[in-house]
Amino acid sequence: MNKARLMQGNEACTEGALAAGVRFFAGYPITPSTEVAELSAEKLPKLGGKFIQMEDEIASMGAVCGASLAGMKAMTATSGPGFSLKQELIGYAAMAEIPVVIVNVQRSGPSTGLPTAPSQGDVMQTRWGTHGDRGVIALSPGSVREAFDVAVHAVNFAERFRTPVVILMDEVIGHMREKVTLPTQEEIEIVDRKRTTLPPEEFQAYKPDGDEVPAMMPFGEGYYHHVTGLMHNHSGQPALDSKTTKEVLSRLHTKIDRAIDDITLYTEHFLEDAEILVITYGGSARAALAAVKQAREQGVKVGMLKLITIWPFPKEMVQTVAAKAKKVIVPEMNYGQLVGEIERYVDQGKVIPVNRYDGHLFHPNDILTPILEAQGGSK
Amino acid sequence: MEGIEKYLRKSALPHIWCPGCGNGIVLAAMLRAIDKLQLDQQKTVIVSGIGCSSRASGYMNFNTVHTAHGRALPFATGIKLANPELNVIVITGDGDCTAIGGNHFIHSARRNIDITTIIFNNGIYGMTGGQYSPLSPQNSKATTAPYGVGERPFDIGNLAIAAGATYVARGTAFHATQLTDLVVSAIENKGFSVVDAITQCPIAYGRKNKMGPAAQMMKWQRDHAVMAKAAAKMTPEALQDKFLIGELHRSVAPEYVAEYEKLVARLQGGEA
Repeated sequence: MNKARLMQGNEACTEGALAAGVRFFAGYPITPSTEVAELSAEKLPKLGGKFIQMEDEIASMGAVCGASLAGMKAMTATSGPGFSLKQELIGYAAMAEIPVVIVNVQRSGPSTGLPTAPSQGDVMQTRWGTHGDRGVIALSPGSVREAFDVAVHAVNFAERFRTPVVILMDEVIGHMREKVTLPTQEEIEIVDRKRTTLPPEEFQAYKPDGDEVPAMMPFGEGYYHHVTGLMHNHSGQPALDSKTTKEVLSRLHTKIDRAIDDITLYTEHFLEDAEILVITYGGSARAALAAVKQAREQGVKVGMLKLITIWPFPKEMVQTVAAKAKKVIVPEMNYGQLVGEIERYVDQGKVIPVNRYDGHLFHPNDILTPILEAQGGSK
Repeated sequence: MEGIEKYLRKSALPHIWCPGCGNGIVLAAMLRAIDKLQLDQQKTVIVSGIGCSSRASGYMNFNTVHTAHGRALPFATGIKLANPELNVIVITGDGDCTAIGGNHFIHSARRNIDITTIIFNNGIYGMTGGQYSPLSPQNSKATTAPYGVGERPFDIGNLAIAAGATYVARGTAFHATQLTDLVVSAIENKGFSVVDAITQCPIAYGRKNKMGPAAQMMKWQRDHAVMAKAAAKMTPEALQDKFLIGELHRSVAPEYVAEYEKLVARLQGGEA
């Protein structure tokens, strides 16, 4: 068993990615994610891996795509402004089905905003930031230990589904230090991208298998194929006809949606008899849990659903849990983003957004007050 | 075509290029260079950006990547660093390389990463219908420069040299045999190599600038190109409307990936 260590969220996230097999990192300096790059720069060459600081955010996204095509598990890290820049090639990675992990330690925006202040302002950018439609996987850790676990999941999901996966951290989790005991390497499940069993002359790089994910062969092994951001046929060649377009675009969604039960990660707190439900995620969940406990001490039947998987949005699970509640409180460090998604699937009349967007993290009282108000209203 | 057919993906042909386009000549010169060097086809990766010339990657039977506009070099950097065994060749156009991809170009040169970049330089954005690029000659006409280009073009050779490229050459579609030799030397150079391949775009550039059909544009290349060695003996007046071809620069500098590999070896050797 590993010893307990005092560790920062960004550090745990990096350690998780390395434990899951990431051996390539390209990045560009940006607060508050820089520690991920710094630690990668130190650790990767010792592990036989590669680190490169690129000339800009777009270039670092391009380099991880290239490294992944060459066969390495690859990751980059950024924050809001850099995440905006990276969207171009996140879309490319989605279209060309390149497994990569993007750590986004969110900060306040828009634009340069508040570089060192926490925010959860990129929830919708993660979903819709690139042009066009596609399926998206994004995971948001709520503690330092979870940052490690989420990083492992992110790498595994990227490999399994051949898609970019976003680790949607916030500055609270990224910079917080907690005592954690990390799992040993043997305890960690690692997923590698699927290789083909066909000989090179029969290999089609974009022909999906039964799970709708095509096998992936690294460059340099004689499995010649073309990779493009254009609509493409099974061999990877540009094909702009409507049948191909519909098939590709559908599959970019369904290969993820069909596995939603495997991808959905969450924790439940005091849900058994909860009449008031708090749904939240990331750094906000910490203050929310404290508020829920305080309300419980005052006899309020309140529980919490903490989402770790933000995208694909676990609509059926949320619907089921929310069905039992009279009120659903949604705290977020933004002007109201995920609450819109919750309102799509839960009776709008019972959804109460609670937003903090002044650059400060939630105080438990910010959430306790609406819980008590909801309690008053639901009597 | 003899000898280079095996490097073409016949299923992806015919190509999309217009009649008279010089891109096919540059592509053939590249393939002849690959053949001359007997590069291991399995270990050779072609990376391109966006534009007419960047569609060439799709016609080549290797591991090929048609990236986003301007981004071929970042992808190529990731590929080369992840697997240094691979020969990485980048195909890019003048707009792709020096406008939207300009930052990546100078930083790739600065790192002296072992990538060969072939710029298919037709001085115009052909695919979008003829807008001026950073390499369009000053005062030339383009759809976005109906009164002539007011900006000065980059001197791409000097830009590459100043940024740190260790092999820089220029050739033309007309001088196809020489172009093959320049690409051979570029690939052989262990570092960042640039070949500025001047090629004609009779449709989007030639018509607008009254350059005549493709053959006439190639004669223009012939009449305005001066061998770099010969230029040393010429007066500035004689060189006024000329451009240099041949090897423009060669130097020796540490190559980025090899240096990183040394670091890995040192750290893994237990000296960390």
